[in-house]
Amino acid sequence: MSFEEIKRQAASEWKAMQNSPIPRILIGTATCGMAAGAETIMEALNAELAKNNIKADIIQVGCIGLCYAEPLFEVIKPGKPGVFYGDLTPELVAEIIRDWLVGDNPRPDLALGTRGEGTLKGIPKLFELPVLKPQVRIVLRNCGNIDPTNIGHYIANGGYEGFIKALKMKPQEIIDEMKKSGLRGRGGAGFPTGMKWQFCHDAPGTVKYIVCNADEGDPGAFMDRAVMEGDPHAVLEGMLIGAYAIGASEGYVYIRAEYPLAIKRLVVALKQMEECGLLGDNILGSGFNFHIKIKEGAGAFVCGEETALMASIEGNRGMPRSRPPFPAQSGLWGKPTNINNVETWANVSAILQKSASWFASYGTEKSKGTKTFSLVGKVVRTGLIEVPMGITLREIIYGIGGGIPGGKKYKATQTGGPSGGCLPTSFLDSPVDYESLAAAGSIMGSGGMVVMDETTCMVDVARYFLNFTQSESCGKCVMCRLGTKQMLDILQDIVNGKGRPGDIELLLEVGDAIKNGSLCALGGTAPNPVQTTIRYFRDEYEAHINEKRCPALACRPLISYYIIPEKCQGCGICIRACTSEAIKGGKRMVHVIDQSKCAKCGTCLDVCPAKFSAVAISSGAPVKAPAEPVPVGGKA
Amino acid sequence: MTTTASTTAEEKKVATITLTIDGKKVEAPKGVTVLEAALGADIYIPTLCYDPDLKPYGACRLCVVEIDGMRGIVSSCTTPAADKMVVHTETPKVNQARRIAIELIMANHIGDCLTCAKNQQCELQKVARYLGIEQEHFDRLRKGTRVLPIDKSHPAFDRDHNKCILCGRCVRACQEIAGVGAIDLAYRGYAAKVSTFGDKPIHDSICESCGECIARCPTGALVPKRTRQATRHVKTICPYCGVGCSIYLGMRGNEIVEVQGDRESPVNKGGLCVKGRFGFDFVNHPSRLTKPLIRKEGKGKDIQVNGNFKDIFREATWDEALDLVAKRLNQIKEKYGPDSIGVLSSAKCTNEENYLLQKFTRAVIGTNNIDHCARL
Ligand SMILES: Cc1cc2nc3c(=O)[nH]c(=O)nc-3n(C[C@H](O)[C@H](O)[C@H](O)COP(=O)(O)O)c2cc1C
Ligand code: SF4
Ligand code: SF4
Ligand code: SF4
Ligand code: SF4
Ligand code: SF4
Ligand code: FES
Ligand code: FES
Repeated sequence: MSFEEIKRQAASEWKAMQNSPIPRILIGTATCGMAAGAETIMEALNAELAKNNIKADIIQVGCIGLCYAEPLFEVIKPGKPGVFYGDLTPELVAEIIRDWLVGDNPRPDLALGTRGEGTLKGIPKLFELPVLKPQVRIVLRNCGNIDPTNIGHYIANGGYEGFIKALKMKPQEIIDEMKKSGLRGRGGAGFPTGMKWQFCHDAPGTVKYIVCNADEGDPGAFMDRAVMEGDPHAVLEGMLIGAYAIGASEGYVYIRAEYPLAIKRLVVALKQMEECGLLGDNILGSGFNFHIKIKEGAGAFVCGEETALMASIEGNRGMPRSRPPFPAQSGLWGKPTNINNVETWANVSAILQKSASWFASYGTEKSKGTKTFSLVGKVVRTGLIEVPMGITLREIIYGIGGGIPGGKKYKATQTGGPSGGCLPTSFLDSPVDYESLAAAGSIMGSGGMVVMDETTCMVDVARYFLNFTQSESCGKCVMCRLGTKQMLDILQDIVNGKGRPGDIELLLEVGDAIKNGSLCALGGTAPNPVQTTIRYFRDEYEAHINEKRCPALACRPLISYYIIPEKCQGCGICIRACTSEAIKGGKRMVHVIDQSKCAKCGTCLDVCPAKFSAVAISSGAPVKAPAEPVPVGGKA
Repeated sequence: MTTTASTTAEEKKVATITLTIDGKKVEAPKGVTVLEAALGADIYIPTLCYDPDLKPYGACRLCVVEIDGMRGIVSSCTTPAADKMVVHTETPKVNQARRIAIELIMANHIGDCLTCAKNQQCELQKVARYLGIEQEHFDRLRKGTRVLPIDKSHPAFDRDHNKCILCGRCVRACQEIAGVGAIDLAYRGYAAKVSTFGDKPIHDSICESCGECIARCPTGALVPKRTRQATRHVKTICPYCGVGCSIYLGMRGNEIVEVQGDRESPVNKGGLCVKGRFGFDFVNHPSRLTKPLIRKEGKGKDIQVNGNFKDIFREATWDEALDLVAKRLNQIKEKYGPDSIGVLSSAKCTNEENYLLQKFTRAVIGTNNIDHCARL
């Protein structure tokens, strides 16, 4: 079958599905959905459909990004817009089937929004909601919309058109198109993709390699996984285009073994590509050969670094080496190699399909297009988002994310994962792009975005990230292995109340040396979380060191729980809840906490009735409470 | 093909580049690293993981320099030298990074120089002294507390991870020179260490005991078990086999206390095998035979020696012993013919001695039954 025929067939199948007389239910079964319980929902769904004798197509789709509302599904009744329902339980599934599929009530009280033509009374359009309106979906164009195991769905939505276009172009024209798009690498460093391709294209040699970096090692980041699970062909088509432009006939996807579903989806996708003649020898009769192998990594953060990644593919220990030579000159097995990130590749296929100028119409002058982020932490709506470059942090956190939960005060946003930094309130209105983030001491990174509120201790945040980089350092170079250990030890001391005067200066000094002297960027960026928190929250460090006080009341060794005598009503709830037997009291007695016994678990604070709110935390000063229980009201 | 390859190799040899290091014009052959160019011009740059026999590695970060046009500081041992490069080996940035690097190493170094076998021959000591560690700076640092057990499983050497700086020279020597690959880095972060497969004692690994790693370790982490210091070195040839590796015997009085390979020797380029490097204890061993022995009357070959040969053998003069051998060989030859005799020669003999022995076997005894242990 020629590609034209495949395309025609895919389009007609897709159309038939849209016009199908039976309802369709699209359920998110990416890893995030599964973790939230999509499996139980599927079972309930099947049971309810059977019970009500309804025939429906259930299609498993990737993550649409509304992780806070998972598990979720979209119910599409013939002739009606699709309706999204979130936070599903088996009971809700039963209600929705009964009311909307059997009956005619779309349950506006439960629905999140609608998608597609038409409207339903009382239900907003999903993509008009504050969480989705500011988003632009290029990388995630198909996620949550198509069946990722069906290449026909991808092709029916414009898939592989970019590659067909590329086949009709000269390699140099493709590279020029990439340059014109302004696309920069999404793996962290933001190197211009077109320029990188040019180097590899120009490198002498007939054997060249293409690599897709799917290691995604940042703690809390899951953008790449979502794309591979929800739309694997978007990535693979990008690789195909890159290989053709550079002159490579072999490619690798380096993916961590902890991503079993993504691996499964890739394997299926590769097989379908072969069946369609889009992979292998003489692709679509063009004479162009390309093969893709999947290499599973053992889940080491450092293996995301390109030279370590290549060493790992070659079967060696994943340790970075000095550059030059750069992979474009001497990469895998000493051959010119081009490495790009998953998201970069997914952008490539979109750019070729639409156009460079279309892509460049999004974003800022130097940062074009969109960026995906995993928005997590202290925001109301966590999830996977894709926003145009240049959007402000405020639009992301308060618009898309819905602000800080529990009426707490915003404190900072961490971008770039362990290589990035913490941006305080003053950066809320700065644009999110490569240059602005770097100027603030952070980095774009691969797209982790952690929001923190006033209860987060910034010294502890720095310690958390240093702990990560320290244990993930490959151990090769002194600066990174011993430098991060030194910084971690100091931070550990500080949060334990053992900080010494001069520690801040020492952290800065060692941090500088690590940044300057490390072999690879793991060490080279590891001090960022510490340096930015010192830069913007120095007072918190000083309070820990000089006053042994944690202003966020978060560092256990520096806080004490105590009962406010004026508020305690002697109800005794806390005494029963405390597993350390640290509370003394009695009927109608003001309870007291024996500090020597208290394990600082915080249970008493949680259980003390809100109307009393008698339990409090203090830090840096002796608690103001009697040593022994006294009668409530102060009368003996 | 071959001709082009050899011309480029030749071109490489003659082609030189000129770079400026610390304001000094320096000529260097094309293809060397910045570090090699500097060392070649007698400009010292401190190093710990660099080894002229091994591929560049870039782990210790002491050899960092600044190069005009390059961002930040770079390790000179891994950076190829280029024509017209301008290199600075001592700038505030470089010095700060080096100082912190050596302080970090020393803060995590568990061991006392005074009781260390490497004392005074330790490259780490030397570099630390060169860079100068200030007590005040040093005191601010948190010190390493991890103590790992010393691997004493090997009969010839000990491995003390607590003194290891992870320079990787042992690993590379084992892979690149010995071609064995018995050890590699294992684990991540602070837990990283040089390990055998499965982290077993070295004696239970595929280690061939060549000692290439021991010879290259810059610290007291890998040391031979016999650690008395030599007072002088004598150049000679390894007595063990026909390869004829050049060696230096480390002498203490009249006693051999160590053997080093001769890096200048075209034969072994410094490399040795287990016998040459560690097998010198026989020289001063009390059981070593220094006089010929003759079996006592009536003591048959079925008697166990049990260490005390004096029950079975008596000491004799060379004249007596040689006379006896000549007499018995003649008797055997007469009775059973020359082909009843076979001669086995030793790799420990010189070429000349071996030549003479085969001549003796063929011309005097009259048999071709002559062989040599190096064929085994
Ligand atoms: C410690 C470390 C970890 C990295 N991890 C990743 C990763 O998980 N995924 C990724 O795409 N790039 C990662 N990178 C960046 C890669 O080295 C490389 O720059 C990137 O894959 C290039 O692709 P791009 O140009 O498309 O961004 C990492 C870099 C470092 C230093
Ligand atoms: S914090 Fe925990 S251990 Fe301490 S008094 Fe409260 S409940 Fe008991
Ligand atoms: S502290 Fe709270 S829970 Fe405990 S006795 Fe007092 S009022 Fe009750
Ligand atoms: S290895 Fe060197 S620095 Fe370490 S104890 Fe021995 S002599 Fe001292
Ligand atoms: S003694 Fe030789 S074989 Fe054994 S670990 Fe050292 S270099 Fe390798
Ligand atoms: S044992 Fe010696 S040679 Fe090997 S890494 Fe450690 S310090 Fe370097
Ligand atoms: S181990 Fe990567 S920077 Fe040192
Ligand atoms: S000698 Fe260059 S990094 Fe060690």
